[in-house]
Amino acid sequence: MTATDRGHRDEWVGRSVPRKEDLPLVTGHGRYVADIQLPGTAEVAFLRSPMAHARITGIDVSAALAGEGVVTVVTGADIRATVLPFTRFVDQEFTPPGLERAAHPVILPCPMPVLASERVRYVGEPVVAVVAADRALAEDAVALVDVTYEALPVVVDPVLAVQSGSPLVHDDITDNVQATFEVRAGDVDAAFAAAPHVERFNYETQRQAASPMETRGVLAVHTDVTDETTVWTSSQTPYMVRTRISEQLGIAEESIRVVVPDMGGGFGPKVQVYPEEVLLAHLARTLGRPVRWIEDRSEHMIATAHSRDQRHTVEVAFDDSGLITAIRDDFLMDAGAYNPFSITCAYNSAVHFRSVYQVPHFQVRGRCVLTNKTPNGPYRGCGRPEATFAMDRAVYQIARLLGLDPVEVMARNLIPADAMPYPRGMPYRDGQEVVYDCGDFPAALAQLRALSGYDEHARARQAQPTSTAVTRRGIGFASYIEGTGIGPYEGAVVMLDSLGRVVVRSGSAPHGQSHDTTMSQVAADVFGLNPDQIIFSAGDTSLVPNGIGTFASRSAVVAGSAVLLAGRRLEQRVRAIASELLEISAEDLVVDAGYVHVRGDATSRVSLADVYRAALPGPQARIPGGTEPGTRELQYFVPPTVTFGAGFLAATVSVDLETGGVVVERIDIIHDCGRMINPVVVEGQLQGGILQGIGGALYESVVYDENGQPLTTTFMDYLLPTSAEVPEIRQIHLATTSDRNPLGVKGVGEAGAIAPPAAIANAVADALRPLEVELNRLPLSPPTVIEAITRAQR
Amino acid sequence: MKAPRFEYRAATSVAHATELLAEYDGDAKVLAGGQSLVPLLNFRLSNPAALVDINGLGELGGHRLGADELHVGAVCRHREIERDPQIAARCPAIADAVAQIGHVAIRNRGTVVGSIAHADPAAEWPGLAMLLDAQFTARAVQGERTIAAGAFFDGFLSTVLDPTEVITAVTFPLPPVASGSAWIEFARRHGDFALVGVGAVIECADESITSARIVVTGVSDTPVRVAAAERVLHGAQPGEALFAEAGRVVATQVDPISDIHGDATYRRRLAQVLTRRALAVAADRAA
Repeated sequence: MTATDRGHRDEWVGRSVPRKEDLPLVTGHGRYVADIQLPGTAEVAFLRSPMAHARITGIDVSAALAGEGVVTVVTGADIRATVLPFTRFVDQEFTPPGLERAAHPVILPCPMPVLASERVRYVGEPVVAVVAADRALAEDAVALVDVTYEALPVVVDPVLAVQSGSPLVHDDITDNVQATFEVRAGDVDAAFAAAPHVERFNYETQRQAASPMETRGVLAVHTDVTDETTVWTSSQTPYMVRTRISEQLGIAEESIRVVVPDMGGGFGPKVQVYPEEVLLAHLARTLGRPVRWIEDRSEHMIATAHSRDQRHTVEVAFDDSGLITAIRDDFLMDAGAYNPFSITCAYNSAVHFRSVYQVPHFQVRGRCVLTNKTPNGPYRGCGRPEATFAMDRAVYQIARLLGLDPVEVMARNLIPADAMPYPRGMPYRDGQEVVYDCGDFPAALAQLRALSGYDEHARARQAQPTSTAVTRRGIGFASYIEGTGIGPYEGAVVMLDSLGRVVVRSGSAPHGQSHDTTMSQVAADVFGLNPDQIIFSAGDTSLVPNGIGTFASRSAVVAGSAVLLAGRRLEQRVRAIASELLEISAEDLVVDAGYVHVRGDATSRVSLADVYRAALPGPQARIPGGTEPGTRELQYFVPPTVTFGAGFLAATVSVDLETGGVVVERIDIIHDCGRMINPVVVEGQLQGGILQGIGGALYESVVYDENGQPLTTTFMDYLLPTSAEVPEIRQIHLATTSDRNPLGVKGVGEAGAIAPPAAIANAVADALRPLEVELNRLPLSPPTVIEAITRAQR
Repeated sequence: MKAPRFEYRAATSVAHATELLAEYDGDAKVLAGGQSLVPLLNFRLSNPAALVDINGLGELGGHRLGADELHVGAVCRHREIERDPQIAARCPAIADAVAQIGHVAIRNRGTVVGSIAHADPAAEWPGLAMLLDAQFTARAVQGERTIAAGAFFDGFLSTVLDPTEVITAVTFPLPPVASGSAWIEFARRHGDFALVGVGAVIECADESITSARIVVTGVSDTPVRVAAAERVLHGAQPGEALFAEAGRVVATQVDPISDIHGDATYRRRLAQVLTRRALAVAADRAA
């Protein structure tokens, strides 16, 4: 029997099908939260703490209540009895036994109020909500609220925060360490004792704001007749929003519908559930009219989670050839004032630290430290760019110390192809043992080395080791590994509609990932249709009963597999029903182009609409014995563990020695994301991630002053790379089929963002040779580069 | 954020605009391109009673390039200047600078005079005005006066313009045809306000410099002419060493601020490097 006979074709998966999403989005027909108009909607504006740390001694809302157009003014005291604070965060509820045994995580509770009523812990924390006829009037009234604060000592620097005597962000967490873990693989102490060389390095990745083009926004309405609260929100995790609203308002999830319309990006910070989402659901229910809050950009810069912000102290044991035998890493993550994700990002840093390298002995301690700053959450890469920056800078630094070529030292430390699948002696975040299911790292590095022109560049430098040019070119390499497609599950409904069309509904909603196109390709192959004929929808908790969300490079792997499995099940059912109608064995039937026909005789057929009607309940139903009526299949896919994407990235830069200006001229990447559903979508994901990686390498930094006041609250001060900063990008795709999901895919959403900071720093170091510059703090702003040059010249 | 409440008044003539400004007695702002004013309103950093919109005044549009001067009306956009190849040929410093104002979308909307009236010390047009000794024509109900660039900027985002006055036009005297000019700036990204910008004009005769002007932006609360560095150049033979010396003098003469994008030391260094580079380009163009 051929693949086609089973109804599983390879016609669409693997092709660069044009995106189904593009036409409406590029012609202005996208529909974002702010575009949804409900009559009678009131607008919400928030008074946010202007203090980094203070006790609230009084709130007077009387003037605001009397303001023009004001509907109501709500404080934390007003909702104390009806809205519970955030107490249950990711990973706090359940640590998998495998992770518990190996890493002994300690995670302390730090509840987060919906509206602060006694104490504020960061600038931007919501204190009072004003509801008014329109947003301008709400803002007018916010200015009339009078809050008196009694300043408390502020802690801004996480290194100081863990020292005794530091101000405490939460009084019962007495060293400001909210979460910690320690994990080891191999015999680290013995390896260090035997090592010919040991060096210690410090690496720092700055605080960043992911800055999706669309800020957050919530619209909530309560319908008395059905007792249903509907919440539209720009969120990566509608089901988590539903759960939080349910738990914190004390209403059943069945009475809550969360809808995610079109979204202008997420990138991680919209994974978290925020106070505004819970509060607006509450306001809609109590006010009896729709309420809307659209976050503005300056609000976004202080009220939406930041990310990265780690400080690593790395000890490396290595021999004369540059072979690294052991690493000890001890790092802090500045978690900000609350830590909704506890060890998520930090443990990712730990588990991905060794990247594509053997490093047989490894020990790492991570501590998530509270400070008076906006909470820290995931951002594309989620702990991996930080670890890669430390690991691949360390490789370059030991190469310099030994007088060896850094790319040779990288190659020397790679896991060989014949060692795959490669166990790492420590568990992943899901508690399962980490086993790389990758391809040939040495071959990939060699291929990228050739593409990047590194050898010609190195030869040219050898010929002329001391240049007098003001502008110097450098090429730097970095690697990455990424566990993709984390569970616990994702669901899909695949069904026939009354016209006999194939409808696909996913629990994972897109915000730029091209779900409509790629999931339609998967379904099209199952049913012998064109992807344009598949009707796709997602982002609505009423479509699929349960779901997780879109983050962590997981949708293609987990949600895509759910679509494939539900699709296969429906295809079998369709043939079984047709078999009743045509009175021919299902084995001899083929589903194709909207019909089920007899193999070898396309004229003996029934349409999918016929099948739909035949499966309706009632005495006339022609369904297989022992099954319920209908043509609707719901399937959840539970992956055994993550599947590993990997790659190498080379950056070519030029550095102006007099201004410290760095220009990225070209990025070359070679990557393995398993089987590609749609190569053009993969390329787009890599391009976007690479550009964000360039932002982290050169431009972006969330800066606070010593009083915890944010200094980067506009895009004039928080420097995102723009289209004008995009270099030439060349990509080589490898495809090691994964055996951990039925599609054979690996995730790629974050892949591009991981390696650029390390590669660009290595490229700048390369350009500045023979100077030995320290480039161990991001971003590499022009003044930082000048400082590094000046230090090295001394 | 949303702007606080204000009245919108569209002027029907220049005289009408001045009457409206008088009517609000200093509590109205002139709206031209709105590139700086509208963000200030939306951040609620500015709270005027009214905006007086002059965009409909045809007599304030356009620009005119004469033999010795460039005349620019109050609602002429940056892009119009950028797209006039004769200006680039006649005074390349202007073309160098204009191309670095924001991005095309901003240059399509923002105005030359608006940038001057806003008086951001890192902006291009205030610097060009200082470099070329521009003259501003200001109108109020009481009448019209001419203000020289050197007497116009009196602090950060602050000028000697009375809030009841509107600038109707600016005239840039152009350096001699045989001179060379250049504008070089350094910004973190394309289109950002420069950390430091340097404009230079050089005239030469018989292998020596007969006249030199240097203006530096981003190093003070207004753009600054650096006379001490200009003196180094007068009568000297152009060359890398001389330009480097002028750069060193500039570095001793400026007293920049520190902020998150660069401290004073770094900005001083930029002023030095960019002065040398701008002089080299200007001298090359003079030759």
